[in-house]
Amino acid sequence: MPNQYPLYVNGKMHTVQADPETSLLSVLREDLNLTGSKYGCGEGQCGACTVLLDGKPTRSCITPLGSILKQKITTIEGLEKEGRLHPMQEAFLAEDALQCGYCTAGMIVSAVGLLNHNAAPTEPEIVTAMQGNLCRCGTYRRIIKAVQRAAGVQRRAAR
Amino acid sequence: MRLKQCDEPWNSSALNDAEARGKKALTVNRRDLFRILGAGLLMLIPGLGADAQETGRGGGGRRRGAAPTPISAWLHIAKDGRVTVYTGKTEVGQNIRTSLSQAVADELHVPVGSIEMVMADTDLTPYDMGTFGSRTTPTMAPQLRSAAAAAREALIDLAVAQWQVDRTLLTTSEGSVHHAATHRSLSYGALCQGQQLTQIIGPEVALTPTAGWTVAGTSVPKVDGHAFVTGRHDYVSDIKRDGMLYGRVLRPTAFGAALQSVDLSKAQAMPGIVAFHEGDFVAVAAPTRRDADRALAAITAEWKTTPQSSEHELFPLLHPGYTPHSANEDPDVRSPGASPTVDRKMHAMYTVAYIAHAPLEPRAAVAEWTGDRLTIWTGTQRPFGVRTDLAQALGVPENRVRVIVPDTGSGYGGKHTGEAAIEAARLARAAGKPVKIVWTREEEFTWAYFRPAGVIEVSATAKADGTLTEWAFDNYGSGPSGIRSPYDVPGQRADYHSAPSPLRQGSYRGLAATANHFARESHMDDLAHACGIDPLAFRLKNSKDERLTAVLRAAAQKFGWDTRKAVPGRGFGIAGGTEKGSYVATCAEIGWDKASGEVRVTRAVVAFECGAVVNPVHLQNQVEGATIMGIGGALFEAIHFEQGKITNPHFAAYRVPRFRDAPAIEVVLVDRKDLPSAGAGETPIVAIAPAIGNAIFNATGRRLRSLPMAPHGLPPV
Repeated sequence: MPNQYPLYVNGKMHTVQADPETSLLSVLREDLNLTGSKYGCGEGQCGACTVLLDGKPTRSCITPLGSILKQKITTIEGLEKEGRLHPMQEAFLAEDALQCGYCTAGMIVSAVGLLNHNAAPTEPEIVTAMQGNLCRCGTYRRIIKAVQRAAGVQRRAAR
Repeated sequence: MRLKQCDEPWNSSALNDAEARGKKALTVNRRDLFRILGAGLLMLIPGLGADAQETGRGGGGRRRGAAPTPISAWLHIAKDGRVTVYTGKTEVGQNIRTSLSQAVADELHVPVGSIEMVMADTDLTPYDMGTFGSRTTPTMAPQLRSAAAAAREALIDLAVAQWQVDRTLLTTSEGSVHHAATHRSLSYGALCQGQQLTQIIGPEVALTPTAGWTVAGTSVPKVDGHAFVTGRHDYVSDIKRDGMLYGRVLRPTAFGAALQSVDLSKAQAMPGIVAFHEGDFVAVAAPTRRDADRALAAITAEWKTTPQSSEHELFPLLHPGYTPHSANEDPDVRSPGASPTVDRKMHAMYTVAYIAHAPLEPRAAVAEWTGDRLTIWTGTQRPFGVRTDLAQALGVPENRVRVIVPDTGSGYGGKHTGEAAIEAARLARAAGKPVKIVWTREEEFTWAYFRPAGVIEVSATAKADGTLTEWAFDNYGSGPSGIRSPYDVPGQRADYHSAPSPLRQGSYRGLAATANHFARESHMDDLAHACGIDPLAFRLKNSKDERLTAVLRAAAQKFGWDTRKAVPGRGFGIAGGTEKGSYVATCAEIGWDKASGEVRVTRAVVAFECGAVVNPVHLQNQVEGATIMGIGGALFEAIHFEQGKITNPHFAAYRVPRFRDAPAIEVVLVDRKDLPSAGAGETPIVAIAPAIGNAIFNATGRRLRSLPMAPHGLPPV
């Protein structure tokens, strides 16, 4: 039976009506018009749908609505602040870390999530953290550079 | 001056002729264009001869499109100086939106940011055969350059007329014409004085020589990168229309299955559901995707299956002379210790598996009917071909169908067709509302088409000193691209033999050049070994093609080929080749874990030469991406099938390269400013598989002749 679910997305409160097993991805894309998070497999295998739940990268395509309690949800649309790109978005542009761009939102969100708990990840740490994100165009090496670049920018800003 | 005002009668024979021949494509005539664009300067660009034929082989549901029309693109400069370029090419991540803008900016002397590329909209852009075969850079870019150069000259003519000054004293920059002596400048838009001017570009337009490029040849950032990193870009799957429903299609239980009976009653009983059945096409549409999924699950159907092939029968089916043992290690063919006077003869068979493109954005389409007019948004590399397919499938005239291709979540040759578009159009007509269909990953893995599988038989002879003397190469089933050896072998023979394919197959990045290079460059390596000659030296000895030699040398030098040291568990391989006017050489280093058999590519150096480089950073990105993609097909990607069913239609079971599989990659761009630019989306993929195979041989002494080579680590002996 459809229930009312309060969802706190990108700093705004929304209420959605849906079955508890409905995937967060479909709610974001269809009900809230936040289409930046992508469907790539529906099985948590490609990472294109990644969002942050309380700052932690989460596959929204296999996250049932009913499992979300009061976590803050951040999607790619929530990273830009007052017209300024997030350092990770800037870094992806600077490193040309995309081709078709379909994986990009999930990559950026996953990488932001990684830096949330590891401000200075090593290359193996980035690889491990991002292993579940697929880029079929093969821009992996550039993404690694972008994550390192953004990490450096954030560390300098935090000093 | 050949400029014409638009309000003149259209009796110029050149214009009328071009327009008549281009009638099919010119659904918007020039008056309409001016109405849409406002006054200004419109340049019509005739095609430079026949467009590229699609070089893929049969299958894949691809048909030859109508003949190219004479107008291949057009370019408009508005009153405010805004430049709009119209081309039927599609952007699928290869960054032609940027590179074509660079070509225009270079000739027109305007900032890249003032150019808008309108691409792949069958109502707004001229007919285009499709975006494949690495043809955009060698064909479309020069045409747009011609248009931009002619526009610049026409604008200078306007300034001469207005200022009555010596033409040679005028210069152009930043979207304006300048007369330095009198400090006068006028913007391009202002020069048009609100008129509607048009011109068909003649062949006589002189293009800026490569040495004079200022925008092309530089690393201009992706022109709309901001939209992608913010998630704002609307892919087809992101498009919403008023009242739009979400569709799902009922798939047969196996290939070749025919629908016997279907019960839609449960689905039809659900609120808001449209359930549709016509022939073997059964589909539902619902206000939400969730409801559509539920309705689809509520349909019961019986399918009658017919006998279908399975994977284990594949290679004998493609090549009746196929012998399995020769597809792998065959120690008899190597004889490094043989007498120096004895010719080295090698015979072997190689195989390649079916693989999937697996674009991260699966097939998707939005269909909207307005009366009897159909508008389709879909991701395809052939918008005009899909328009034809839609018209035929829906029984409507082509001029009632508009296909729009938003920049798409990749294709790699896998999106030449319009299955989702036809499905969405049928369902939308039945529902009386716009319908969106997004294929599931399983549908994409099952009902799209595959890179052809194949068997390749090679017989070759080298003298003991390493000179190639005989070369016979037969490709069964996978395709003729890149089939001829670029090495100097007088009397070489290379033949392609078509074969029945149990699975639906079609184009794939580089087509069969990957398979053919794998077989050829593996075989070359074996011959080098048999002659006791270094694999690089053996190739150089037999190469008279200086471009091939140059990339082989460039890759080897960067890799440190001559100073490499044998280390247990490591191996080094080199391979090279050419296709579609560009050259590639790849050196690979692999790590091999003897205990587990795991093989990993730890380093790759790729030298690539495609004439004059247009955008170094985007080219480098393409070369890296192709190399990564090639590692998948080289080591572990394979479609498995059993009696007409794909048995691994998920990313969990179909392994594609991930972060951990990406080696350190160094790219050496060999910039040949003296040569025209060739496309670069495909050829960089062809040398990585043999380079890896050769490195595995170097490390283990085992020659692997089947792609993928090590899906679960090195195969057992």
